[in-house]
Amino acid sequence: MTAVIRPSLSACPACVAAPGAQAIAEQGLHKDAHIALSLPTIHCSACIATVERTLAAMPGVKSARVNLTLKRATVEADHSVMPDQLVKLLERAGYEAHELDAGSLSMTQNDRVGRDLLMRMAVSGFAMMNVMLLSVAVWSGATDATRDLFHWISAAIALPTLAFSGVPFYKSAWSALRARRSNMDVPIVTALLLAVVASVWETALSGHHAYFDAAVALVFFLLTGRYLDHRTRAIARSAAQELSALEVPRATVRRDGAEVVLPAADLRIGDLVLVRPGGRMPVDGVITEGRSEIDRSLLTGETLPVFAEPGRAVSAGEVNLTGPLTIRATAVGRETSLHRMADLVAIAESGRSRYTALADSTAKYYTPGVLLLALASFIGWYVYSGDMRTALNIAVAVLIITCPCALGLAVPAVTTAASGKLFRRGMLIKDATALERLARVDTVVFDKTGTLTAGTPELINLSDHDGTQLAVALALAEGSSHPLSVSLAAAARAAGIVPAQVTDRTEVPGYGSEGVWQGQPVRLGRASWVGAGDKAAGATETTAWLSIGDAAPRGFRFTDRLRPGAADAVRQLMHNGIRVLLISGDTTPVVAALAKRLGIPEWQAEALPADKSARITALQSEGCNVLMVGDGLNDTAALTAADVSISPASALDAARVASDIVLLGSDLSPIADALTTAQSAVKRIRENFNIAMFYNVIAVPIAIAGFATPLVAALAMSSSSITVALNAVRLK
Amino acid sequence: MEVLSYLIPISLLLGGVGLVAFIYTVRTNQYDDPEGDSRRILNDDWDDHPKP
Repeated sequence: MTAVIRPSLSACPACVAAPGAQAIAEQGLHKDAHIALSLPTIHCSACIATVERTLAAMPGVKSARVNLTLKRATVEADHSVMPDQLVKLLERAGYEAHELDAGSLSMTQNDRVGRDLLMRMAVSGFAMMNVMLLSVAVWSGATDATRDLFHWISAAIALPTLAFSGVPFYKSAWSALRARRSNMDVPIVTALLLAVVASVWETALSGHHAYFDAAVALVFFLLTGRYLDHRTRAIARSAAQELSALEVPRATVRRDGAEVVLPAADLRIGDLVLVRPGGRMPVDGVITEGRSEIDRSLLTGETLPVFAEPGRAVSAGEVNLTGPLTIRATAVGRETSLHRMADLVAIAESGRSRYTALADSTAKYYTPGVLLLALASFIGWYVYSGDMRTALNIAVAVLIITCPCALGLAVPAVTTAASGKLFRRGMLIKDATALERLARVDTVVFDKTGTLTAGTPELINLSDHDGTQLAVALALAEGSSHPLSVSLAAAARAAGIVPAQVTDRTEVPGYGSEGVWQGQPVRLGRASWVGAGDKAAGATETTAWLSIGDAAPRGFRFTDRLRPGAADAVRQLMHNGIRVLLISGDTTPVVAALAKRLGIPEWQAEALPADKSARITALQSEGCNVLMVGDGLNDTAALTAADVSISPASALDAARVASDIVLLGSDLSPIADALTTAQSAVKRIRENFNIAMFYNVIAVPIAIAGFATPLVAALAMSSSSITVALNAVRLK
Repeated sequence: MEVLSYLIPISLLLGGVGLVAFIYTVRTNQYDDPEGDSRRILNDDWDDHPKP
C-alpha cells in the first residue's frame, strides 16, 4: 500500500529508503540530454564495444548506443556532461569524433516512408508465398472442387494484400492520370485491376486459370525495387544531413556585460558576437575589438589571409585565424551575404533539370506500347472468337507478362549496388540520376583552393635557412595556433630542429610572435611588423618573416598543401582520356604553379563566380559533358551549371547542397574510380533493359497466341526479375 | 482430400505468424542498424552472463 500512497519516481521501493536516491532520480528525469556524435572511423565490433564502454564509463552518462550503419553514437546524459568532453574522451581512446547538431539531424524522426514501403513489401511477400503454394497445387493437377477452393482461398489472400500493398502504385498512377500524363505505374495498375477482375470472374465460373499469384508477385517485385531505391537515397540523405549537422550553429554573444552561448538562429542585429581563433563568422558585421587575420578562401578562393582590425567589415562564412575578435552584427541569418549568395544559386538553371533518367525515357515508349498491345490482342481475340471471357483472359496474360517487373528492378538494383560501392569508397550519391549523368562526363573542371589543395599551408624553403634561424623560428612558432606557425613548427620538427631558448615569448594577434633570444629581440610574423615591408612587395606566395636582432629579415615561403590523392586523380583522369581544367579565383602565379605541378594543361586564374559558370556553359555548348569539382561559395553557381558536380565534405554547406555527390574523406582519388563505376553501372542498366526486353520478346507472342498460362507468366516474371537482380550484383 | 481441411488452415496460420513477427520487428526498430547488429554478435561482452 505504501507504494500507492507515496508514489515514488524511482521504480524500486528500496530506493525510497536510500537517502538521496529519489533526488537523483528526479534530477535525472528533468535533466536528461541527448547528444549525438559522429564517428567516421568506426568499422568493427571491437570499435562498437570500445566506444560504448568509453562513453558509459564517463560519470553522468546514462546510456550510449552506437549505430554502425550511420557511424553515429547516441548518448543520454545529464546536462553536466558537455559534448566536447565526450569528443576528447573518444579521441583519447583513438576514435575521431564530432558533435552533431541534434536540431538539424531530427534524430527522433524515423524514416516513415521507408518503413511504410518495407511493411507493404513484407505483406505482399508473405501473401505471394502462400498464394504460390496453392497455385503450385493447381498447376500440378488439382481439379474441380479442389481447384475452385484453392482459387477462392488465393482470392481471399490476394485481394486484401493488393488493396494494402498496391497503394503506392495506385496513388502514383492516379496522380499521373490526373495530370494527363502517363508513367510506369499506369500499365502496372491496369494489369493488377484487370488481373483481379478476370481472375475473380474465372473463379466464379469455375475456370482453369486465375492470376492471383502473378498479381501478388508483381506487386512484391515492384515494391522490392521501390524499397531498394528509397533506401539508397535515404542513406545518402541522412549522411548529407549529418554533414550539415556537423556545423553546430552556436555563437558566443556579449549581452548586458555577460557572455552567453546562443543558437546562431537567435542572433539579432547589433549583437556583439565573439569569434574565437579558428571559428567561422556566424553573421555579417563590423569588427569592434581585436586584431587578427581572416581566411576568405571559402568565399573567394584567395589563399592569402586578410589582415583584420577594428572597423573592417567581415561576412559570414569567413574564418578567423589568429586573435579573438568581437563583431557587431549588421546582418543575421537569411540576410547575411552568405545566404544571399547561396539563394542566388537556387535561381541559376540547373544542369540536372535538362536530364531525363534512363528509366523515364524508356517508360515514355514502353507504357503506351504495352497498353496498345494488350488492347489490340483483346480486340483481335474478341473479333476472332466472339468470346469476351477468352479475349479478356488473353489481354490480362499479355499485360501481366509485359508488366515492367524487371524494368522496375533494372535501375534501382544497379544504382543500389553502385551507390553502395561508392559509399564504401567515401562518396555520397545525393541525386538519383547522378550516376547516369556521371557516366557521360568527358570534361572535369577543378577548383583550386580547398579542392585540389587542402587549404593548409606547407613550408617550401626550409633548406634556405640555417640551423640557428630555424631553431629561433621554431621556438617562436611553437605555441601559436596560426596555420603558418603550425606548419612551420611541424616542418622544422620533422627536420630534427631543436627549439632555441627564447624568453618573453608573446603573441601579437594579427601580427605574429616576438621574444628575446640571447639578448636580441626576435620576431616572426607579417612583413610590415617584422620590418621586411619592402622585400615583401610583389611576393606571390604566403610568406612569414623572421627577424633576429638587426639582421635582415628572412622569409619563410609557404605553398598550399595538395589534397591527398589530388595528383593521382588528375593523372588517372587524363590517362582515361578526360579533359581536365583548373579554374580558380586565386592569383595567376599561384594557379599557374599548381597547374604545372599537377600537369593540367588548361587553367584560368582570377575567375569570378560568374566567370566560372560562364566557362562551364561555354564548354557545354561545345558539346562537353562537364563534371565540376569545387568547395567554395564562389563555386556554387558553377556546381549548379555543370552536368554533374562533386564537392568535398569540407565544403561550405551551400556548395554541398548544390552538388550531386559529396566526397566524405579528404582523399580525391575516388573521383576517377567514380567515373569508371558510373560507366559500368550505366552499362549494366542497359543490359538489364535488354534482358527484360528479351523475356518479353519470347513471352509476348506466346501470350498473344493464347498459350500463356499463369505458370508461364509466373516463370517469365520471376526469372527475368532474378536475372536482372543478379546482373546488378555483378557490378565491379 | 480431407487432409486439406486442416493443412490449409495450418499453412495460413504459419504464414500469419511469420507476418506478425515481421511487423513486430519493424515496429520495434530492429532494422535501424543492420550493419552494427551483424557485428555485435561477435562481441563477447555478455557471453558468460546476461547483461544486467
